[in-house]
Parts: sequence; C-alpha cells; structure tokens
Amino acid sequence: MYDGKYIIPGLIVFVAVMTFPIWKNMGNAGPAPKLEKPAGVTKCVESAQYMRTSHMKLLDNWRDEALRDGNRAPVEIDGIKYEKSLMNGCLKCHTDKKKFCDECHVYASVKPYCWDCHYVPKETF
Amino acid sequence: MDIKRRQFLKIAGLSTIAGIGAPAAFNLLLKGQPSPVSFASSGAETEASHEAAPTGVRLGMVINQRVFDANRDLAQKCITACHTAHNVPDFGNPKDAIKWIFEVPYEKAFTEKSHYHRSEHQHESSFLVLCNHCDNPPCVRACPTKATFKRKQDGIVAMDYHRCIGCRFCMAACPYGMRSFNWRDPRPFIDKTTYNKEFPTRMRGVVEKCNFCVERLAKGLQPACVETCGNTGAMTFGDLNDPHSEIRKVLDENFTIQRKPALGTLPSLFYII
Repeated sequence: MYDGKYIIPGLIVFVAVMTFPIWKNMGNAGPAPKLEKPAGVTKCVESAQYMRTSHMKLLDNWRDEALRDGNRAPVEIDGIKYEKSLMNGCLKCHTDKKKFCDECHVYASVKPYCWDCHYVPKETF
Repeated sequence: MDIKRRQFLKIAGLSTIAGIGAPAAFNLLLKGQPSPVSFASSGAETEASHEAAPTGVRLGMVINQRVFDANRDLAQKCITACHTAHNVPDFGNPKDAIKWIFEVPYEKAFTEKSHYHRSEHQHESSFLVLCNHCDNPPCVRACPTKATFKRKQDGIVAMDYHRCIGCRFCMAACPYGMRSFNWRDPRPFIDKTTYNKEFPTRMRGVVEKCNFCVERLAKGLQPACVETCGNTGAMTFGDLNDPHSEIRKVLDENFTIQRKPALGTLPSLFYII
C-alpha cells in the first residue's frame, strides 16, 4: 500500500471522531423522565408496568372497540368506571399532557399523532 | 428406464387432464352442487340486499320541510348546533368549506324531480341536507382502507379518521355531495369560544361528514340537530325497522320523498315537502 503510514492513522482518527458521541455517552442514558402523576389517584386501568410498555396498544384497542364495534361502554375496574376515550378518559386524570405524555415521548423521541385531532388541554388555548 | 416419446406424451397429457379436472370433480361429488362462480357472487349479494327482509336496527330521519318553512330560523339553528357539537371549522371560503349539515335549494336537493313549473313553496324554501346514511352506501364500497364503514348495529355510515388516507374516493362516490375534505389544518379555524372539548377535531387531509351523532346516541341523547328542533316535529329520528317507532308512524301518515332514490343507495333520510 502506498502512503499506508498516512492512510491507516487517518482512518483510525476518522473512526474515533465519528464514534465520539457513542464513547462519550457510553453507559449514560441521560436523566430518566419524571412524570407528574395525577394527584389523589393511585390506580389506573392496568398496572403501571403494563401502561408503561403497552398503553398504545390499549388505546388502539379502545379506539377500535368504541369506533368500529360501537362498544362505548365504560371500562369498570374495582368499581371505578373509566370512559374508553383518550380525551374523555385518560386526560380526565392525567390533566397535564406536557408533564405526563410528552415527558416520555420526548425522551424516547416518538411523535404520536394523537394530538393532531384529540384535544390538548391548556396548550390549544 | 426406457420410455418412448409417444408414451411420455400420453402420460403427461393424462396427468394434466386429471390435475385440472380433479378439484372440480371433488367439489361436485362432495357438495352435490356445482361450485359457485366467484365473479357472479358480488352482483347477486347487492341484488339480494334490495329485497332482504329488514333485520336489526336501521336509524333514519324524517325532515318535515313544512315546519322549517314556517320557522325560518330553525334550520340555521340546527346547522349551528351540529357544527359546534362536532368542532366543524369555518374557513371563510366556500371552496374549502366543511359541511356536515347545510341548506340547498329544491333543485339541488332533489335533482331527479324536474318540473316545468314548481310551486312557490318549492321555489323559495331551502332544504336541509346531510349524510343520507344509505343502506347501500357507495362511499363504503369506494373506500380503500375501510375508513368509512356501515355500523352493523344501527346502520350508521361512520368514519374512522384514524384510517382515512385522504384519497377522496368516497367524495367521488357519494352521489349527494355530503362529504368535505380538510385541505388545511382545521384547528385554527374552529371557534375557540364554542369549542366542544369532548369531541376531537380532524387533521389536514381527511374527509369528514355527518356521523348521525354516534357519540351522543351512545349517551342516550338525540342527534344535535334533532334535539335543536325539540318537539316542533321538524325532525323525527328513530329506527326505521321498528314498526312501533315514531319515525314509522310519521312515514305511515305522510307522503315522503328521498334524494335520488333511483340510484339504489337506499337513503335513510326522508323529506315531507
């Protein structure tokens, strides 16, 4: 190889610079999102762990049941009735979208399109 | 193995015939009747739906134009009630207008009913039009994503805005022009003072139309327009298939007309002129 003494160190420097952000943040996931939980309420429709991982599936199921099957009967858990609705259900307890929904969505860099149509409290007005 | 060309061709020919013929023969023997030809079945189904005995709930509406003529403000009140209940935007431009329920003159509402000379009443009044919630809805057949569909439990032609891709095939298919397209983000054009916080808005690029107030029916309420009319008898809402319902009584007692009945869409809206 011609000029190997320049090319190989050059490549090493290039790879080191390109992967610098990975090295620098290795093992450091940044501050975990802190959600503001609704005051005075301790229970949701499912366990916190389930909601953390699968709330989007639950919302999709609710949507299909309410809209396509016409089954809008509220979900009853431990005697408490929850309306099968994002706007009229979830957001009744989780009143602040910015401090609850957005915290994780921004952290995980997901952009759900719920808010294109469904009402955003406080922000729209 | 020594096989001659002639023998090979014979065997190949026989196995081909057996391969093609066997499924048909099996179908004949097992079912005892010839298998249906696939392309004919869809036509037969639609034909049958015209004559099928009414089963289940089919929600419909009778609009009594005489009451609306006597009370000129009522129609506008119905429109306002509907459009505020569903966060319908006002773009201030007729080309972009979103309309769930609106008024049109007689010749636009009932295009098939041409006359040499119409009565003054027909000439002057404007008629409330909304989605006909057809029993045989062409928009549902046109929709490629099943975003618009007919609810099995009450016959309402509903929209699932989550699925709508904005292709506007349904708008082309609807012979009544009852669908509107959101060319722009409707949110900034909704009146903030009357915003209904219980009902979502739509987004740019979806088609929308009257939903017969499914969200209100689920709560045991009447549709917003019917509720506005109150007990004036201007609008009657109910189950067309229930012989004891109020709407059936109104239909029994009055001569009613429908919009474009010859198209075979079987509208669930009736007009007393």
